[in-house]
Amino acid sequence: MAMTEQEILAGIGKIINEITGIPAAEVTPEKNFVDDLDIDSLSMVEIAVAAQDEFGVEIPDDQLKNLKTVKDVIGFIQG
Amino acid sequence: MSTDQVRVVVTGFGATTPLGGDVASTWSALLAGQSGVRTLTEDWVDSVPVKFAAVAAVDPAEVLPRPEARRLDRAEQLALVAAREAWAHAGIEKVDPERLGVVVGSGIGGITTILSAYDTFKEKGWQRLSPYTVPMLMPNGPAGWIGIEVGARAGVHATVSACATGAESIGYAIEMIRSGRADVVVAGGTEAAIHPLNIGSFAAMRAMSTRNDDPQGASRPWDRGRDGFVLGEGAGIVVLESEEHARARGATVYAVAAGVGYSADAHHIAQPEPTGAGVMLAMRRALENAGLTGQDIRHVNAHATSTPAGDVVETIAIKEVIGGHPLVTATKSMTGHLLGGAGGIESVFTILALHERIVPGTINVEDLDDGIEVDLVLGAPRALPDGRIAAINNSFGFGGHDVAVAFTSV
Repeated sequence: MAMTEQEILAGIGKIINEITGIPAAEVTPEKNFVDDLDIDSLSMVEIAVAAQDEFGVEIPDDQLKNLKTVKDVIGFIQG
Repeated sequence: MSTDQVRVVVTGFGATTPLGGDVASTWSALLAGQSGVRTLTEDWVDSVPVKFAAVAAVDPAEVLPRPEARRLDRAEQLALVAAREAWAHAGIEKVDPERLGVVVGSGIGGITTILSAYDTFKEKGWQRLSPYTVPMLMPNGPAGWIGIEVGARAGVHATVSACATGAESIGYAIEMIRSGRADVVVAGGTEAAIHPLNIGSFAAMRAMSTRNDDPQGASRPWDRGRDGFVLGEGAGIVVLESEEHARARGATVYAVAAGVGYSADAHHIAQPEPTGAGVMLAMRRALENAGLTGQDIRHVNAHATSTPAGDVVETIAIKEVIGGHPLVTATKSMTGHLLGGAGGIESVFTILALHERIVPGTINVEDLDDGIEVDLVLGAPRALPDGRIAAINNSFGFGGHDVAVAFTSV
């Protein structure tokens, strides 16, 4: 069964909090990883690997660089 | 005293050691003669012949924010904790970043990261390696992180000379300031190598004590029954500053980092040269570099690791170069041997001894070995005299590295 946007958002918030310490509540769909959350490219790799475990969706490197915002990641995971 | 050199002063220090998570707790434990050694309880302990170590009293991963800790090797965590204490202690509010440097090394680097990352690689594949694996395992990682933390742009360096690393770093920092490359340098050493591979490897050299039934009595420099060093972990960092820079900002000065002497044994990759020639040369050069005579030196924090080969010959070298008068102590009897971190914490101890005029005693000496003709501080601490006095911190390392750092009181 497909996860809802809210469920995916909660999962991403948990991952980002674990990796960067940013409170999950600040991880909202419109946030840009670099400009708003100050997440560097190494941490993005960690987030992508953790997302793969959490959601069972692999994010290839050539796709990862196009995912600029939290909403982009949610959309990718939803397929 | 040479007058043409820039004087370098100590304006801050920090440490996290097997005796305490900061300088104050470590120093009071040292003066109380406490041991930081404990029995290991890890499940791998059955695989190695040494079942104890001097583990850091405060786990740095518990002190640092979790997201920060997870991207740092333990040696980097320890170094950052000590550097933050030292930096806060120095109280530098403003410094030109291009005049600020870092020299912090370790003996082995991110060894536990290397080993655990290789396990991950074999079991789960490269995709599961942390993207921070390389910055965690590189030996210059601690220096790099501290440089970012304080904004140092004059140069960030990591010396590597096994157990002489911390002292060599401080020597290099003195020279950075004297040569005009920097006004302020954060310097010292760190190590986090308590892992079964390291214990097994040092045990294979027969370098470690195997006194498993008495871990706190295992590190016993100069005792006839000594049977090897005790592995420790931690970091010691100092903030060095040109006297002019320190005076201009009204800084508290704890000691003068008066000079450094380097030499090498050119003898054996791991065994000390039996006449102490290299050690004598390092101490002579430290005196010369600092503009001091043997009479000025009232205290030596000896390298003395509790191995059968090195402890006595160091005292012979001290007697020859400095004389029989300085109060000589081996703080490794309490902290264990922090390898690359040793010169860092022991320089902090040497500075504190001068500043507070007290020398911590060496513990566990029950049956003093023959041939020692210097004034060892055994058991209770002893006082240093008033007036302008000097002290030396000796650090020697596998590879034949000999380093002596000289400090004077203010």
